[in-house]
Amino acid sequence: MSDTAAAGTRTQVLSGNEACALGAMAAGLTFYGGYPITPSSEIAEDLSELLPKAGGAFIQMEDEIAAMGAIIGASLAGAKAMTATSGPGFSLKQENIGFACMAEVPCVVVNVQRGGPSTGLPTMPAQGDVQQARWGTHGDHAIIALAPYSVAETFDLTVRAFNLAETFRTPVILLLDEIIGHVNEKVRLPEKVEIVERKGPDAPPGKYLPYRHTEDGVPPMAVYGRDGYRFHVTGLAHDQTGFPTNNPKEIDLLNRRLVWKIERRRDEIVEVVRERCDDAEILVFAYGSVARAAHQAIREAREAGIAAGLLRPRTLWPFPDREVRELAERVRTIVVPEMNLGQMAHEVEWAARGACPVVPFGRVDGLPVSPAQILHRIREAARASGREARP
Amino acid sequence: MTDYDKYLRLDKFPLIWCPGCGDGIVLKAILRAVDRIGLSQDEICMVSGIGCSSRTPGYVDVNTLHTTHGRAIAFATGVKMARPDLTVIVVTGDGDATAIGGNHFIHAARRNIDITVLLYNNWIYGMTGGQASPTTPRGKRASTAKFGSFEPNFDIVALAAGAGASFVARETVAKPLALDKLIERAILKKGFSLVEVMTPCPTTYGRRNKPADPLLMVQDLKDRSVPRGKVEDIPELERESAIVTGVFVDVNKPEYTEQYAGLVEKLGGRRTAPAAPSGGSKTP
Repeated sequence: MSDTAAAGTRTQVLSGNEACALGAMAAGLTFYGGYPITPSSEIAEDLSELLPKAGGAFIQMEDEIAAMGAIIGASLAGAKAMTATSGPGFSLKQENIGFACMAEVPCVVVNVQRGGPSTGLPTMPAQGDVQQARWGTHGDHAIIALAPYSVAETFDLTVRAFNLAETFRTPVILLLDEIIGHVNEKVRLPEKVEIVERKGPDAPPGKYLPYRHTEDGVPPMAVYGRDGYRFHVTGLAHDQTGFPTNNPKEIDLLNRRLVWKIERRRDEIVEVVRERCDDAEILVFAYGSVARAAHQAIREAREAGIAAGLLRPRTLWPFPDREVRELAERVRTIVVPEMNLGQMAHEVEWAARGACPVVPFGRVDGLPVSPAQILHRIREAARASGREARP
Repeated sequence: MTDYDKYLRLDKFPLIWCPGCGDGIVLKAILRAVDRIGLSQDEICMVSGIGCSSRTPGYVDVNTLHTTHGRAIAFATGVKMARPDLTVIVVTGDGDATAIGGNHFIHAARRNIDITVLLYNNWIYGMTGGQASPTTPRGKRASTAKFGSFEPNFDIVALAAGAGASFVARETVAKPLALDKLIERAILKKGFSLVEVMTPCPTTYGRRNKPADPLLMVQDLKDRSVPRGKVEDIPELERESAIVTGVFVDVNKPEYTEQYAGLVEKLGGRRTAPAAPSGGSKTP
């Protein structure tokens, strides 16, 4: 990374991965544990320089599982912690992501998506992990996942990922794709960002309950060995004290709270960008790098006389179901282009609940979805719904 | 005389361990070592994985972290890097540390990060019902080795030494006072240290392999124990079944978090500023 990039306040050219590293530093990152994997490695490479210079800790762990474990340990010890990986590594991390959900440990997991399954396409883009981000770890749980569509937005959403993790005591998944990770764009980073710190203990040591069922669902979090707070953390089902329990009532309370604490405040978490949706008849639902092609496609559709609009979620989980539903009632068709075989199209269809047809378009050949391909689907949808383009 | 109660979460008793299990003996040895060193409860972080031994931290009133199977050392590495001021002790078992967690074990030793690993070796997966582990001796039965295990075993001491640990020792629960002295030295050692503790599992190992009586199992550990310097003195035929005890490695070499702090200082950063305890002082 150049010194210009590290300076962080002027206009500069950065890749998404570089912006992610800088966003993490701006958000207050103090611990990074990672393992090399394409196409995410630049994040670790940049942080191996930025963190020690800032007094934070960087460590290259022996494997992906260890990296996920290390960031959980560091977070419990008071650090703001992150790891970055790609598909195969994301698979390996799933058990410990579940631990972070269960033990309510704030942390950020970046997945720069590449083609799968298995080793797949290490250097080519995909969006095949969006459902894995939601359900990759076993058991019921809620999750927050964000997906930026540009380099500048990668910076912003990385900061936001940390803030949400600390607010909700939960792991947050940041889903880049290979295009966003590696594309270079001119950006102007903000001089100051808003930083959220975790809510500290609300009772003196001895009275503190690390997993108290608070009104907002998020228990206050002490730090290991700080100010006399000593507490137990386990991946076992536990009661408010943090110790294992077999009491069905306590287990039920815990499992429901873990989901509820996030679902009840979904309006704070869900962010969507609407482009030309007010009078849209054909809606495109697209996220990540595909939204860039969709942005171009709806412009060309408008030029051709089709009233096309774009709904671009910046939050994938919780899913923006109400936002989709609201538009589904007004438009004729929703086109969902993705670099997978319809993983989010299913969600859109569920959210639309039959209000309009949902047309998935999936590309899984390692190449990006092009504006022309989306435009083609928009035209088809317009024709099918009797809204031919003007000659 | 150690005031054990001071360090225990007595409201979590009775212990989960079976009658005759050796894990309670190790627990007391840990507390004696900690007490002698004079560590405050706030400055200890005890981390474990999954298994019988890994339930130890639940009973100890320090900062405790019961992680996923095999990953205790990985979590502990994060704790230690974020907070080098904490004394990090990992409690694990033969399956947890040398099967599913083998990679973390050797790499923490290679880095020589200042973590003390207390590895309870009972030659079996006790909690899951007596399946064969990487240390189940040849010919001995397990619920997944019904005709006797034929797999070679890890020599855990040699594994840790070969991987680069600064301090490596082995003792049995038959000699609890020798054990706490080794644990004390391991904790005080700057760098990665390992104490392999041989401990009986009458329930899932003894019943299948005899003797099943806990007292006889402890007696057997005692009878087979040979101090490191005296191996040559016993008949050659007995050497294979001997449990060689004592200190195998005790060297001084650069420790990982200290080296990292040195790098930070060289670069002009301020180490641990964001994560330092707000109290500041290490001892109460």
